[in-house]
Amino acid sequence: MVPKPEEVTLDPETKTLDRANAENVLNPPDKNALETALRLKEAHGGTVTLISMGPPLFRKYLELCLGMGADRAILLSDRTFAGADTYPTSLTLAKGIQKLKTCDLVICGEESSDASTAQVPPGLAEWLDMSLVTFADEVAVHGNTVRARRTLGSSYEILEADMPAVVSVVVGSNEPRFPDFDRVEEAAGSDWVQVWAAADLGLKEEDIGLKGSYTIVHELVEGEPVERKREFLEGGMEEKVKALAKALEPFLEA
Amino acid sequence: MNVPGELQADLYKGFWVYMEQEEGRLLPVGLELLGKGRELADEMGEVLTAVILGQDIAALGEEALRYGADEVLLADHPLLTGFNTDAYTKVMADIIEARKPNVLLMGATFNGRDLAGRLAVRLSTGLTAHVTRLEVDKESSLLLSAVPGFGGSILAVIKTEFGRPQMSTVSPGIFKPLEPDDVRRGKVERVDVRLRQSDIRCRVLEREVVPAEDIGSAERIIVAGMGTGGDMKLVDDLAAALHASTGVTRPLVDIGVAPREKQVGSTGVSLRSKLVVVLGASGASHFVAGLRDADTVIALNKDKEAPIFDESDVCVVGDIFEILPRLLEELEGKVMVV
Ligand SMILES: Cc1cc2nc3c(=O)[nH]c(=O)nc-3n(C[C@H](O)[C@H](O)[C@H](O)COP(=O)(O)OP(=O)(O)OC[C@H]3O[C@@H](n4cnc5c(N)ncnc54)[C@H](O)[C@@H]3O)c2cc1C
Repeated sequence: MVPKPEEVTLDPETKTLDRANAENVLNPPDKNALETALRLKEAHGGTVTLISMGPPLFRKYLELCLGMGADRAILLSDRTFAGADTYPTSLTLAKGIQKLKTCDLVICGEESSDASTAQVPPGLAEWLDMSLVTFADEVAVHGNTVRARRTLGSSYEILEADMPAVVSVVVGSNEPRFPDFDRVEEAAGSDWVQVWAAADLGLKEEDIGLKGSYTIVHELVEGEPVERKREFLEGGMEEKVKALAKALEPFLEA
Repeated sequence: MNVPGELQADLYKGFWVYMEQEEGRLLPVGLELLGKGRELADEMGEVLTAVILGQDIAALGEEALRYGADEVLLADHPLLTGFNTDAYTKVMADIIEARKPNVLLMGATFNGRDLAGRLAVRLSTGLTAHVTRLEVDKESSLLLSAVPGFGGSILAVIKTEFGRPQMSTVSPGIFKPLEPDDVRRGKVERVDVRLRQSDIRCRVLEREVVPAEDIGSAERIIVAGMGTGGDMKLVDDLAAALHASTGVTRPLVDIGVAPREKQVGSTGVSLRSKLVVVLGASGASHFVAGLRDADTVIALNKDKEAPIFDESDVCVVGDIFEILPRLLEELEGKVMVV
């Protein structure tokens, strides 16, 4: 889940992003990750477990994802998780995954649209000691390996990774299905969603949240504005077109 | 885990730049980081070291020296020919653990982000992504990495106090490489690579390298925002008329209209163009971070209050779909001399 970008503010006191009042949406590449998981389940069987770290209100998004076809959901939720950078975030998620006992594939979105670091999938592979494929747009399972197409802009590579593996999926790589609303209703308030706190994961306060983060906000500064002329072209449409063509003229003879 | 108090920060010395190579060529972003690294390393009193992984890469070491490195570490090994996440992570982690650098900068490329994300956890340290400004804190000598905040022009300045190396990734085009100095000399050292086939759990079966268009160095560029509705025809026509390249804002990449390497902004490419024409982009801080080094910015937007106009030299309030067709007619008569 990510906040809608235009609704996030900076808290000048704590110097952290204030996402509390922002409306949330499911992180777009995470939908593609879930669709990937559901297709693998259809092809090979198994169960799809959702795992997310966030406040209790995330539950309703997990219920929507259960409606898409996931089997169950774990919400890692604890006040002490707040303020985490990617280091304790990936640690907390990894502890949650380890508690599931069996897990062949961890499929994530390539990055979150709010912070855009793409650091959690590689971090998970480290904590879990799993193999890693990042930025995949096609994922298939063959025996004990996962075969994926990793995109690198217009270049790509085909990778084969031993399972268990962490795979991150790029946004737009498939067409996520719509939730089945009967199933969403069935999921609502049910025990398909479990909430685990720090204590359930055996995590100490100094390892998680703001305290467990290595990166610290030193200060918030106003970016130095670039000096621009800010010359507005006046008049009606015809005059604007002529003036614009004139403004472009010097660049025509490069 | 590294408990913060245990860190002996003064054991960590050296300012490192990881130089990514692809098919035996250094990527420009590494040279750009050496340029900025030169300035920061001098300020911190650190030696500037370029680290290069690959096979048969001796010439790349010489190139890094010309672009400002004091010394170069080469990890030359058949299993390092192309990027492999397991091999590269292991070798980098080994070198870092043995030599304990204070700072490590990397390009925010696909491979750079994969590698940096793993190293930060394996080495227990802080990593800041997509930095648009780098400075040294006068008091603490820590590296300060600024990233655009949400909305407005606020930058969040991030530091890593209790982890080493202090790590940041930077997108292509943010900093400038130095002029190469052909007489510059320095030490090039080959490091021991301890790597076995069994260290590799993820194998590359096939690789198709299509050289990416480097829009950052385009002289003239037309950048399309969501206001174009993803209709690239008009945009391409204008680009053709002006002999310009094309770029896009991030949402157009996300909906699949253009490949990632055409994205302008803090998580895309920074432009150094003489002329940038921005069509229907609102001017979000993450986007305009990519316009800072452009000479002239001309923006077209139907909303006269759009923040993009604060970042533009020539501001045209109007509808793209009305103005562009007329503009193309107007430009038709003017023959372009290239
Ligand atoms: C961590 C992070 C990193 C990001 N990195 C980047 C990045 O690198 N690059 C990037 O671009 N974005 C980035 N973003 C997204 C960024 O915040 C904005 O959401 C994005 O730049 C908006 O794109 P846009 O201006 O095309 O679309 P919008 O904000 O939707 O703007 C569309 C504009 O078009 C105008 N318009 C509509 N119709 C017409 C018409 N017919 N004629 C003229 N004008 C019209 C509207 O007035 C509006 O101003 C990032 C966001 C985050 C959170």
